[in-house]
Amino acid sequence: MSRINSPAELESFRKEILSQRDPDKPCITLCSGSACLATGSGKVFAALEQEIEKQGITAEVSFRTTGCHGFCEQGPIVVIYPQGICYLKVQPEDIAEIISATIKEQKIVERLLYVDPNTGEKSSLEEDIPFYKHQQRLVLGANRKIDPKSLEDYLAVEGYQALAKTLFEMTPEQVVGEVKDAKLRGRGGAGFPSGVKWDFARNAPGDQKYVVVNCDEGDPGAYMDRSVMEGNPFAVLEGLMIGAYAIGANEGYVYVRQEYPLAVSNLAIAIEKAEKYGLLGKDILGSGFDFTVKVHRGAGAFICGEETSLLNSLEGKPGEPNARPPFPATKGLWGKPTNINNVETWANIPLVINKGADFFSAIGTENSKGTKIFSLVGKVNNTGLVEVPMGASLRDIIFKIGGGVPDGKQFKAVQTGGPSGGCLPENLLDTKVDFDELTKAGAMMGSGGMIVMDEDTCLVDIARYFLEFLSDESCGKCTPCREGIRQMLKILTNMTNGLGQEGDIELLQELAETTKGSSMCALGKTAPNPVLSTLKHFRHEYEAHINHQKCPALACKELIAFYIDPDKCKGCGACLRKCPADAITGEKKKIHVVDQGKCTRCKGCFEACPAAFDAVRILSGEPVPVAVPEEV
Amino acid sequence: MTETAEQVEETAVEEEIDLTAANKILDKYQDMHGALMPVLQAIQEEYGYIPEPTVFLVAERLNVYSSQIYGVLTFYAQFHLKPRGKYIIRVCMGTACHVKGAGRIGDTVKERLGIGHAETTEDLLFTAEYVACIGACGMAPVIMVNDATYGSITVQKTDEVIEKYKAIG
Ligand SMILES: Cc1cc2nc3c(=O)[nH]c(=O)nc-3n(C[C@H](O)[C@H](O)[C@H](O)COP(=O)(O)O)c2cc1C
Ligand code: FES
Repeated sequence: MSRINSPAELESFRKEILSQRDPDKPCITLCSGSACLATGSGKVFAALEQEIEKQGITAEVSFRTTGCHGFCEQGPIVVIYPQGICYLKVQPEDIAEIISATIKEQKIVERLLYVDPNTGEKSSLEEDIPFYKHQQRLVLGANRKIDPKSLEDYLAVEGYQALAKTLFEMTPEQVVGEVKDAKLRGRGGAGFPSGVKWDFARNAPGDQKYVVVNCDEGDPGAYMDRSVMEGNPFAVLEGLMIGAYAIGANEGYVYVRQEYPLAVSNLAIAIEKAEKYGLLGKDILGSGFDFTVKVHRGAGAFICGEETSLLNSLEGKPGEPNARPPFPATKGLWGKPTNINNVETWANIPLVINKGADFFSAIGTENSKGTKIFSLVGKVNNTGLVEVPMGASLRDIIFKIGGGVPDGKQFKAVQTGGPSGGCLPENLLDTKVDFDELTKAGAMMGSGGMIVMDEDTCLVDIARYFLEFLSDESCGKCTPCREGIRQMLKILTNMTNGLGQEGDIELLQELAETTKGSSMCALGKTAPNPVLSTLKHFRHEYEAHINHQKCPALACKELIAFYIDPDKCKGCGACLRKCPADAITGEKKKIHVVDQGKCTRCKGCFEACPAAFDAVRILSGEPVPVAVPEEV
Repeated sequence: MTETAEQVEETAVEEEIDLTAANKILDKYQDMHGALMPVLQAIQEEYGYIPEPTVFLVAERLNVYSSQIYGVLTFYAQFHLKPRGKYIIRVCMGTACHVKGAGRIGDTVKERLGIGHAETTEDLLFTAEYVACIGACGMAPVIMVNDATYGSITVQKTDEVIEKYKAIG
């Protein structure tokens, strides 16, 4: 097939592709997202290719590598269609059996199935695994159906249908109207209504305009944009083109974080293929609309996710923010009107156009429509990417999809919104995923990081952690952000080191208000949020650190001591052998003792002590009893 | 997490660098709008770091001040002004990894190799980087050695990984 010159040619090409695909023919898919590649998906790929040939079934099965399925901790993931049989943690050694049993004899390989850690129940189908069952994968769903390097695969799942509709059946005003009516809000953090933003850029005077994809994804603990970009780059490009048409732009940029090489290379392949088929470049689909796109790699600076910094960086300057207004919509890249949206926002556009504003706005809550992808990570049984309709409760996400907190530990908090967000406690778990509700509760939707914390996580340390991150990443251009964050960090570091003082909390609050009120960009304006939200919901932890030099979570190294309980120690020597600091003394059958002066608090002894004895205790905020190395 | 002024100064010693590759890179990008970053990225890919003579070459050929280039180089964490180790160990300190005990993993790397952030061992074998999120949060805690990712890492596994690369040399 060469260049596609009209919507009719597009449709006939699509028909041709579909006619060559038998939906009942077994199809083995292998996840090849970054996470699965890290767990050995490359080797599984080689084994699959080899085995398919060896067992002589090349003609009877198709085989496809796909983007991220989201259940990354369980990778590499193999799914066999049409049934949807899902095998997890697949290793090259498993392949021969998968082919001979499942493909040839329709038998399940039990040991590769998902086992619910809570009930012990197995699920053979992908859709029955609780992690997937409660999701609504409108954006991420295509990832497992397509090879991100195959334009044909994308066409097979209605790809470019929305673009054809846009270019031939809609005026730019109608496109903007549709996005407005869909009430789509930006997925990059602030939740600004996308249609309204498009209108600003559309109405801004100027012939030359730009559209930009923000794939800088700097929030630590989040990787949704990475998986969308790696797994379905065509959808992002299609969304971008629709936006460009609506706004009146003929050039686009994709700004990709330096840490995402696979996203860059899959995107480059997608661009090349789209150009070859005439789905990028001049006179797209014969519509007269021209569009080109360039990929720009970031260079490792969190602030470059902020739109004005990103544009400065695109121009080859240090990525420092500018004061807004003027907004990029009027004065953006090279001073021209520019519309910038997040990856997930762009990826939602084909859906909005294909299914219509009514379909889209029927999903979700009053003011938050559609779905949102979260990176559900931390102390939760099922970690990975989850896509839920707006309005789902945090509790359902963490407990139904995530399967709750591992190892029988208590849930303590969930952090959303990245470094600009906040931590919510148990009693706010019924909060709904909704831009406004989350903000009201003291957190933020943010770009989609959702980090679960259990009883072992110290919330003062978490606040310190975020401020350390922000202090590193503050560009330093404005004083309140640069100095305010640094001072708050100093106070928090003191607290976690047992040097907190009376009045620290009040001083923190004062600094937080100033930093919030007078910083130039949203990095500084939101930097105090991790402090304010933990102060609001976990003030007692701060007080324990300051007043009693105690870390209730037993996490702050300077505030804890390891102590061997003489009543429980059996003198087995396990801890002594493990200690890297030679801090434990004791002989066989004699009670072991920790030398507090030498102990580096690495926790090695705590983990080495056999569960049956459970003799090593972590103390905080109390004196360590003196122990005598007598006979047990 | 960029390099400090002293680190930059240290590199100001005379360097013998073959500029052919840098010139080729410049030939390719010279006419592009906003060429500076792609040029610097390509130079770093070629040389492993940004040698000082290339900065002056870029300044001349792109017609920008070298001070502007240093502004860019020191702003972004990705650029390095000194040669780096054969193996770049990146320890993720992102939120998911932090909550799952990345601190101990970081301590282990520091202890075993005796180097802090952005530092390189004397034998030029390892450079350590403590970074915020490498986008594999589902497998936290995570470390990377060059392009290889190691998920659900423990202190013991960290030791094994370091030993493995030491053995290869
Ligand atoms: C410090 C900071 C970091 C940001 N990082 C990102 C990011 O990594 N990705 C992103 O899409 N938006 C990020 N944003 C938000 C962008 O400025 C911008 O609002 C967004 O890209 C607009 O797209 P949207 O309307 O589709 O959300 C960041 C904002 C700030 C203040
Ligand atoms: S937080 Fe470590 S990989 Fe994201």
